[in-house]
Amino acid sequence: MTTDEILEKTKSFLAQFINVNVADDEELFASGLVNSLFAMQLVLFIEKEFSIKVENEDLDYDNFRTLNAIVGFIEKKI
Amino acid sequence: MEIELTPQQVQEQDIFRAFVSEEIAPYADQYDQDECTPDEVIKKLAEIGYLGAIIPKEHGGQGMDAITFGLLCEEIGRGSASLLSLLTVHGMVCQAILKWGSASQKASWLPKLATGEAIGAFGLTEPNIGSDAKNVESTALYSNNSYVLTGEKKWISFGQLANLFLIIAQCDGKPSAFLVERNTPGFSTAPITGLLGFRSAMLAKVHLNKCQVPEENLVGKVGFGFSHVAGAALDHGRYCVGWGCLGLAQACLNACLSYTSERKQFGSFLKGHQLIQQMIAEMITNIKAARLLCYHAGYLKDKGDPSLIMETSIAKYFASRMVSKVADDAVQIHGANGCSSDYPVQRYLRDAKIMEIIEGSTQMQQIIIAKSGYHSFALEKRKARQKEKT
Repeated sequence: MTTDEILEKTKSFLAQFINVNVADDEELFASGLVNSLFAMQLVLFIEKEFSIKVENEDLDYDNFRTLNAIVGFIEKKI
Repeated sequence: MEIELTPQQVQEQDIFRAFVSEEIAPYADQYDQDECTPDEVIKKLAEIGYLGAIIPKEHGGQGMDAITFGLLCEEIGRGSASLLSLLTVHGMVCQAILKWGSASQKASWLPKLATGEAIGAFGLTEPNIGSDAKNVESTALYSNNSYVLTGEKKWISFGQLANLFLIIAQCDGKPSAFLVERNTPGFSTAPITGLLGFRSAMLAKVHLNKCQVPEENLVGKVGFGFSHVAGAALDHGRYCVGWGCLGLAQACLNACLSYTSERKQFGSFLKGHQLIQQMIAEMITNIKAARLLCYHAGYLKDKGDPSLIMETSIAKYFASRMVSKVADDAVQIHGANGCSSDYPVQRYLRDAKIMEIIEGSTQMQQIIIAKSGYHSFALEKRKARQKEKT
């Protein structure tokens, strides 16, 4: 899967939860754009869509803080 | 689209139903009055494997699929909502370790939780913190390869007898989750009695007085204790409660079907009176509606679909509101008898109210569900605008 495909899939997932257009490097959690349920929804999305497992050792905000970070994390795990 | 249990799930359901009818339901009123669940009952649950229901077989559990586990929660909820809360909080600890525990935490704790050698309890709520859960006041200080936990937890179901607690505390101002064993120096519990409902759920206050736990007891990472660890646990908790509400409502309905078939007023059985029929019809319909929401949540859970979080919240919200109304009507149908300890419907009503408060109150679910509705609406509008442009 290409980086662009991962980016598009992740963008359309985020669009379900965030009403504004999010820049690729915009902070998702610190900006309060998402609620407390979003963290687990994001984990489930990554696991189901890309058939990877988000593990204990992956819990690092640098893996999830922006759209770019999420895409980079997924690429690393695939 | 098919909404039908598999033959295996039907078989399991029959086994759960028989177990609850023989071992739990006949004694639940007594346990409620005693404000205690005897050890033998928990031993029976452990022996039959229900404490390890969601734990995979490789860790010594039953590895039940989500629907089968839901059916178990439904039946236990039919017999005793208090006992359902053991399955709930114990399962929440199992779920947190399963999803975010380290390899050594899984190896060390899951087999013990599966057999009941360890009983888990969930320590999030505090005297000053309920719905605002990510702002817990308990603290964890890192020092010499260990964490020192200080604070108080309140309303901890089965806190009187659990021996493994998942405690959420702030570490450097970031919510974090820790496994704390009962025998940790500085750890103590005090029973909470005289509650409205869940009277045999053995609730306790938990006091953490500089409890030192090894750094290996951190679940997940610092800062992920609420969003991810408690998040996974609470989703599981809402799932159990939603299904448990179905069972409790079914118990109310069964009691009413029986009572109205036996009691006569104005020369005819109560079931012949149309205003009684109206209440019975409402019960049947709303229980069926809640069951469909629970099935849907279970289906999504087995698929690992991200929408399961919201759909579980909706199922819990609807089912807990539904059972409050059903239990209220059940007492109404029973009249003065329904207010007496001779009939279980008074316990059902008291327990039903608790269902609307635990694992996210009705109002917290309403906020989340409404916001989600506005998001979906805005998304649809945006999609329509984009379609018009192209």
